[in-house]
Amino acid sequence: MRYLSDKALTRLRNAAELPELSGTRYRLIGQVGRGGMGVVYAAEDQRLQRRVALKVLDVPSSDDELANRLMREARVQARLEHPGIVPVHDAGILADGRVFYAMKFVEGQRLDQHIESLASTPDRLRIFLRICDAVAFAHARGVLHRDLKPGNVMVGSFGEVVVMDWGLAKILTDALGTDPGRSDAATTAGPTNCESGSLIPANFIPATMISVTTADGKVMGTPGYMSPEQARGEIDLLDVRSDIFSLGALLRYLLSEKLPARSSTRLDRPLEAICAKACAPARAARYSAVQELTEDVARYLNGLAVGAHRESIFENLTRLYRRYRFFVLLIAAYLLMRVLLIVAFKH
Amino acid sequence: MAQDEFTGGNERFPATRWSVIAAVRSEDTVERKRALDILCETYWKPVYKYVRLRWNRSAPDAQDLTQGFFAEMLERELLNRFDAGKGRLRTYLRLCVDSFVMNEEKAARRQKRGGEIQHLALDFAGAEEEFLSGTIDAAAIASPESLEEFFEKEWVRSLFSLAVEDLRTICAERQRDRAFQLFETYDLEGDDKISYEKLAQQYRIAVSEVTNALAWARREFRRIALERLREVCGSDDEFRRESKAVFGRDAE
Repeated sequence: MRYLSDKALTRLRNAAELPELSGTRYRLIGQVGRGGMGVVYAAEDQRLQRRVALKVLDVPSSDDELANRLMREARVQARLEHPGIVPVHDAGILADGRVFYAMKFVEGQRLDQHIESLASTPDRLRIFLRICDAVAFAHARGVLHRDLKPGNVMVGSFGEVVVMDWGLAKILTDALGTDPGRSDAATTAGPTNCESGSLIPANFIPATMISVTTADGKVMGTPGYMSPEQARGEIDLLDVRSDIFSLGALLRYLLSEKLPARSSTRLDRPLEAICAKACAPARAARYSAVQELTEDVARYLNGLAVGAHRESIFENLTRLYRRYRFFVLLIAAYLLMRVLLIVAFKH
Repeated sequence: MAQDEFTGGNERFPATRWSVIAAVRSEDTVERKRALDILCETYWKPVYKYVRLRWNRSAPDAQDLTQGFFAEMLERELLNRFDAGKGRLRTYLRLCVDSFVMNEEKAARRQKRGGEIQHLALDFAGAEEEFLSGTIDAAAIASPESLEEFFEKEWVRSLFSLAVEDLRTICAERQRDRAFQLFETYDLEGDDKISYEKLAQQYRIAVSEVTNALAWARREFRRIALERLREVCGSDDEFRRESKAVFGRDAE
């Protein structure tokens, strides 16, 4: 038996891990990341001559839970057409048996890498609002993300904000505009040709079934960003308020992480109250919809009172001063001038 | 070269060769023996080298211990106690090796061993040569973590070596010797100066043929290695984790 040197082992590992793209329209460019389920590669779509990202499963299997999850992720993402959600172009099985899907290649940085370039609190809040827009859209379509965290948000080079990795998504209602009849047919009619010529196996579970078929009773998510009910594995209790918990944790991260402009580590009380309400341990104490959360953040940005925080008179005056600083200073300057003139006349 | 020449390839290996863990617990002695043969084939070299390094045993002593360990595995049905939900098979086996070597003074028992695995002709001379030719610094491999890494690396080497031999056989059977030669020159010999163009010139074929042949050989190699890996894993979950350990690497 041939002895394989360390160098040969490395070469074999590298060569064998690369996805087999023969028979597809994609040309491999390189690896860009690795997630829990698989590897993300940059590739060129040779037909359309554009760069795409390919998410490829680690293991060549088309009929197990992981393959189903990846395909569900692709389907959920494909049906959520929103500027804040990365569009899926194609999905199927490669010649080496690995399930993959192709999506838009988002040039930019993950939020946790990008955060240092966001110097001010308002800049960070504006990013947060755009994340909320995408999540609110998904909720309106009956989809929970269930894994919102800085690593799953990309900020593009032109400031676009994209929520990634819908692998743990849960469908609450069939509001995706799917035709249940068609989904059923897809599960019984055998493999279907996808655009690239590869096949989607017949036994992939339709996206509308995710709520029953994924992660029943299993704890999936990211500690620190996962709601208590999700951490306890109470899958049946998950609703939009679970994502709101994650958004609250994300907001706290945005407001406290590497913010050079802020000398104090304490948040403004209204922001602290917003975070606390979003991250309340009891679901009933949280915002009931993402829109409520975004309204509070937007009100803070506009210098208005936020619903999550009852202001004292002093806080009210301080906020009014900040909001109407120009007019307050103008009036103060006018009054000062009047006083000075009166004093001057008296002398 | 026709594209379909490099497709298919399931004649020798069925699509799914399921775990030997279940087979080794089988009542059927033939099935159990086959499963043990597969385990020994994959693990004997890592075990031998590990005993040489970790326990600093002489070559004859390590040979005896390796043979003895696999006999003990059979005799005491060690694999029946393995729980795939709690850890990896290779970690379990390594700990069993440690435990076995610590009890090695029971030499009389070792004398009595043999049985179903005696037929395995283990190439200890070859393993010893590999062990001595490897640039292993015993002092640098002192911590439990580095020993675990060493064992994993030797296990991957063993798995890949077996997969390469399988690939060689498949190529010979299907008259794809050139594909194997290209794979051997480019991927196994690892000369940094070699390129697809140079290979094409050397074998007087088109660069596209080199590309296709290498893509096919790598795909087959990966498939064979994963099939072999699947056999020595106790569960789907372990298989996934081990697949990542074997093929995975982080983005640079």
